[in-house]
Amino acid sequence: MARFASRHPVWTFIIVLGLAVLLWLIFTPWSPQMEETLGRKRIFLNAIFGGVTLGALYFLVASGFTLIFGLMRNVNLAHGSLYLLGGYLGFEISEFTGSWLITFPIVFIIVAAVGIVLQHQVFRRMDGEDLRQTMVTIGLSVVLADLMLWYWGGQSYTIFAPDWLSGPMTLPIISSIRDSGEIVYLRYPAVRMAILLAAIVIGIGMWLLLNRTRLGMFVRAGVDDREMLAASGVRIQYIFLAVFAFGAGLAGIAGIVGGTFQSLSPGEDTRFLLASLVVVIVGGMGSIPGAAIGALIIGLSEQLGLVYAPTYSVVFTFLIMALVLAFRPQGLLGSAR
Amino acid sequence: MKKVLVTAALAASVALPSTALAQDDPIRIGILVALEGAFAEGGADGVRNVEMALEEAGMEINGRAIEYVVAPSDTTPDTAVRQARKLVEQDGVDIILGPLSGSEGIALRDYAKTVPDVTIINGISGALETTWVDPAENFFRFNLDGAQWGAGLGTYVVEEKGWTRVATVSADYSFGYTNFLGFAVDFCRAGGEIAERFWVPLGSSDFGGVIAALPDDVDAIYLGVGGTDAINFLNQYQQAGAETNLIGGTIMADQTVLTSRGRAKDALIGTPTSGPVASDNTDPAWTDYVARYQAAFPEDERFPSPSLFGVGYYVAAIAAIQALEAVDGNVEDVAAFQEALATMPLETPLGVVELNENRQATGTVFINEVVEDGDGGLTNQLVATQEGVNQTLGMTADEFRAMGLPSRDTPDCAALGGAG
Repeated sequence: MARFASRHPVWTFIIVLGLAVLLWLIFTPWSPQMEETLGRKRIFLNAIFGGVTLGALYFLVASGFTLIFGLMRNVNLAHGSLYLLGGYLGFEISEFTGSWLITFPIVFIIVAAVGIVLQHQVFRRMDGEDLRQTMVTIGLSVVLADLMLWYWGGQSYTIFAPDWLSGPMTLPIISSIRDSGEIVYLRYPAVRMAILLAAIVIGIGMWLLLNRTRLGMFVRAGVDDREMLAASGVRIQYIFLAVFAFGAGLAGIAGIVGGTFQSLSPGEDTRFLLASLVVVIVGGMGSIPGAAIGALIIGLSEQLGLVYAPTYSVVFTFLIMALVLAFRPQGLLGSAR
Repeated sequence: MKKVLVTAALAASVALPSTALAQDDPIRIGILVALEGAFAEGGADGVRNVEMALEEAGMEINGRAIEYVVAPSDTTPDTAVRQARKLVEQDGVDIILGPLSGSEGIALRDYAKTVPDVTIINGISGALETTWVDPAENFFRFNLDGAQWGAGLGTYVVEEKGWTRVATVSADYSFGYTNFLGFAVDFCRAGGEIAERFWVPLGSSDFGGVIAALPDDVDAIYLGVGGTDAINFLNQYQQAGAETNLIGGTIMADQTVLTSRGRAKDALIGTPTSGPVASDNTDPAWTDYVARYQAAFPEDERFPSPSLFGVGYYVAAIAAIQALEAVDGNVEDVAAFQEALATMPLETPLGVVELNENRQATGTVFINEVVEDGDGGLTNQLVATQEGVNQTLGMTADEFRAMGLPSRDTPDCAALGGAG
């Protein structure tokens, strides 16, 4: 970060200024003149929070995707199917046990196991054959989608959030000040705040794992040069298995999250595959902080677009992707190799 | 050269007998229906219903056998036209029953003008423009259009519920505009006020920002979205803790939403919606039809009760049969056959339907309310009917035309006697 600041002082200044304006807009009460030009503050805050929480969901899906790509150079186009599978399993388990929290570890383990099978039985057999792997994962995603359609049918599923997370919570952010001087604080769905918090914890956990542990060291070394790592005696196939399982498990629990604040139905798998592809392209293939920034940008652009320019909101995502591809093809935080 | 000659001879030999032996030939009906894509299940129900109607007629009119050909489309206009052309040019059909979806209907209207001797009876497509903007002489529609489906709901919520100020959230595409127009015209004429209109792109999954932007000081929120969009909206609406009354467009409380799993749909309890069918209708014409439908097919090959698409194709088929009987099966007398279609009132499971000068149906709209069915599910309960809803929603043609075609800003509520 310090290197970036010294190398690009102008850009750093613009980014810091933008962030400062954003924070100021969020925390300061808006004057009537501002409300007139920018609309009500409550709407702005909700769009920002909606974007950030949506970004959290995208991050959960895309971080596994980008990790798998970064290490194995393997574009797993069945990643969306793992997301949807996790969501459906989460629905069944939460209906069966009546508990929302317990579904997370169970689904993580089951979907991670599916990931291990995929890596061990499918991808290991075609190591380094990009095109073949891509075609096989497309095929797998179609097969999995049809199997899920067969078992769960075409209707939509929503997973019910537990009572202690249902309804809105009050955040210590001023939404508006009534004429009487009474301060109205922002009320926001509690379940989405919980999910945002969980995504941040998972993100930090992943960063620590990658940067502070021996396994993380192997993974980073593998991202940089697989052959060298294998040659120095590390059993790289085990690392592949672990990373694939972890990425798949993350996609699985993202399915629960998506099923809780959106819904699950056939077609969501490709929607989230597309979303994670866009996030990873914007953020940079193989970079976890890149996935976080990409997810945040895409989530915010979708929500702000929907509220302030509904006609063009569908275009923004792809416009951002096109701009990134045009000016920084390796992605915002990707390394140019 | 020889090849061309042979082909020409072959073509002539195929074409000749069909004109020479017209009277002994069977009457040929083409069923143009979407059997791929989102409406495939409904399309299959349409085919079932046409088969059932033809079986009930004994597969013959005045001694002339009826044959039918199914032409599958995928809800896109170009496929629909290609399949219609195949029906006319290869299968030599006299009558086409179909299509199923709105944009297909508009495409078929234009195609109809190029084949005046073929009669097209709409399946269930509901775009207003099909029979309103430059309609074709040989295109008949016995179902109501998307705007008509919204009629009656506005008066109901103003008079029965006392909700006079609403905000609206509808899908930003043709059907969203049209269905909203039906509700808004009626609502504004009853003195209602539309505080704010929101248009959301089809396929939006996260509505948090829109929900926050909804004004507080309204009696109800009109929701003109459907399918998974509707479920996502309801889910997030509950999570945001909002508790305003809801009013639903025609696709808001249909089977896809009511049969969804999870508790998002519970927000719909007590929501009035309007549409062309009411599943608990007690009219003998409807109950009798449902009983025949259930008897005609084994339980695993049909829906529990006929779908909207099925009813539409059934009505189209009985319209064709009634007009064929009126001309004693002489379908070659196109003028008399089309005259019979256009003028004879038709008894349908949904009540008596008459066509106007654009060959568009005037009929009944049903107002339903979502209630719990006692087994933990939800169902629609018929609460009111609006009879004699015509194409111009009770206005004169000039007034209706002056209002403009459905769009984000049409209708202008204030101009209709409402506010906002």
